[in-house]
Amino acid sequence: MRRWRSFSLFSVLAFGYAFLYVPILSLIVYSFNESRLVTVWAGFSTKWYGELLQNDQILSAAWLSLKIAVLNASGSVVLGSLAGLVLARFGRFRGRTAFTTLITAPLVMPEVIIGLSLLLMFVTLQNFIGWPGERGMTTITIAHLTFSTAYVTVVIQSRLSQMDVSIEEAALDLGAKPAKVFFVITVPVIAPALVAGWLLAFTLSLDDLVIASFVSGPGASTLPMVVYSSVRLGVSPQINALATIIVCIVTVAILIAGFIMHRQEKQRRNA
Amino acid sequence: MMPPPVPPSAPANPASFTVIGMLWRWLLGFTFVARVRGLAMGTVSWGRALVTAVPFLWLILFFGLPFLVVLKISFSQAVIAQPPYTPLLTWAEDGIMVLRINFQNYLLLVQDSLYWMAYLNSVRIAAIATVACLLLGYPMAYAISKAKAELRVPLLMLIILPFWTSFLIRVYAWIGILKTNGLLNNVLIWLGLIDQPLPLLHTEFSVLVGIVYSYLPFMVLPLYATLSRMDESLLEAAADLGCRPGKAFLTITLPLSMPGVIAGSMLVFIPAVGEFVIPDLLGGPNTLMIGKVLWTEFFSNKDWPVASAVAVATLLLLVVPIVRFQKAQEESNKKAEELAR
Repeated sequence: MRRWRSFSLFSVLAFGYAFLYVPILSLIVYSFNESRLVTVWAGFSTKWYGELLQNDQILSAAWLSLKIAVLNASGSVVLGSLAGLVLARFGRFRGRTAFTTLITAPLVMPEVIIGLSLLLMFVTLQNFIGWPGERGMTTITIAHLTFSTAYVTVVIQSRLSQMDVSIEEAALDLGAKPAKVFFVITVPVIAPALVAGWLLAFTLSLDDLVIASFVSGPGASTLPMVVYSSVRLGVSPQINALATIIVCIVTVAILIAGFIMHRQEKQRRNA
Repeated sequence: MMPPPVPPSAPANPASFTVIGMLWRWLLGFTFVARVRGLAMGTVSWGRALVTAVPFLWLILFFGLPFLVVLKISFSQAVIAQPPYTPLLTWAEDGIMVLRINFQNYLLLVQDSLYWMAYLNSVRIAAIATVACLLLGYPMAYAISKAKAELRVPLLMLIILPFWTSFLIRVYAWIGILKTNGLLNNVLIWLGLIDQPLPLLHTEFSVLVGIVYSYLPFMVLPLYATLSRMDESLLEAAADLGCRPGKAFLTITLPLSMPGVIAGSMLVFIPAVGEFVIPDLLGGPNTLMIGKVLWTEFFSNKDWPVASAVAVATLLLLVVPIVRFQKAQEESNKKAEELAR
């Protein structure tokens, strides 16, 4: 009975992980395929990587996406820390319900609606105050900041509410200013959440096609926009090569993060 | 602390200035007036007010107000101009202000079967995908929570890892798998299960697979969170009292994991209803979903008012699930805080 139970749980896990990983593995395998046809194996080749590195359109889009992602990640960590602090520490205040609604709604709001509403907002602002002029990097960054702040807030808030408040209270009792307490005590304690939030916002921004398509203007194409237009035309081995590179970077980053977290956990247990 | 923000000045169109200004004051007024009074009386600290105001104002300006703009434009008429819609309020001669509210866009949604078919389709496909996610995600989350302690973190990491690689590219991967001469058909033919390749891509099946695949982590993570927080001693007590494992699961584990089930289902269902990328890349002419309709109205037909009306109608459809999700979110926050104490 017991053995049967653990066997069925194991097979569910095996099926689930296969479902999650077979598509990614198939992308990687076919990125080394000689043939343009993704379904026919014609021998090992790295030529698609060479072509990818000479594709100026993809490279410049990748550069724009990286710039936006870094700006977005840094900005949403600042906004998300403030919002997380409000939710975790400030207790009840007037407008808290409105505040939580504005924070959690972007987590589930369909992207087409966020994209359309932000674009119409930018157009309206443009009519009233003449800003934001041309749509492009600035408007994409603002749009990304708005929805990634929600995710970062959730990460930071949950860390803040699990944290031992007595250290903060002790520092306040000893006469430290709230701002000093935040930077000297709170920030080091929640540092892992800040890093996780930064990385999360970075990926969300790098990944977004729909919202960026709405709020972008002519001439500003992010990496997902270029990938999308090439994918619509059919399967392309260059995109497989790009996917392989992304998967490698992400895997290495996650392994490093996992290793660091593991070591910190060990230190904490030893201390 | 700044006074209640002044609405952006609008010399060009004083009429809509008043409307937006009124909504703006209505949105902000009640909180900020209280805040400013508190500051003046010294009951609210300036630092706290600033910490609250910055993210609050940001979200109001770029998340709250844009919905009002969408609502406004959904009542206007498409024209070939810059911007491509008519203003609601105009000054006619002799100082008469004219308010034109155009209900045509909403009438179109009701009358043209394309739109409400797309709505029904979206809700149906999202609901089926949510149930499928639950059926696959629940046993996975359960198995992970029952795994050896040192295995749990790596197993969870493996659930999250695909989420960190590009969503677009992962959906694209399924094109190669589901194509007529794609991986899955080749494997099935090789196994001798079928003679002719099955038409899998551009069907409802491929859209469902795409949604389940993309949103599975969003189902597993909240489920795991509630399952791993569960008090094991309840199950032990049930077993001691002679309860069978199957019954213990149905009467103890399942009800206690309901917050996770609700949070996970909402995290899958709500975005899936408005999904664009998956029906666009994997779907066909029979799998029209509302996100794609909105996209086409906006980008191909350049009809911003109809696109806005579609957005408003979709939001109305999703208000109940979104509110439910927020309640579940608040409850789980409260529980986490209680556990921390």
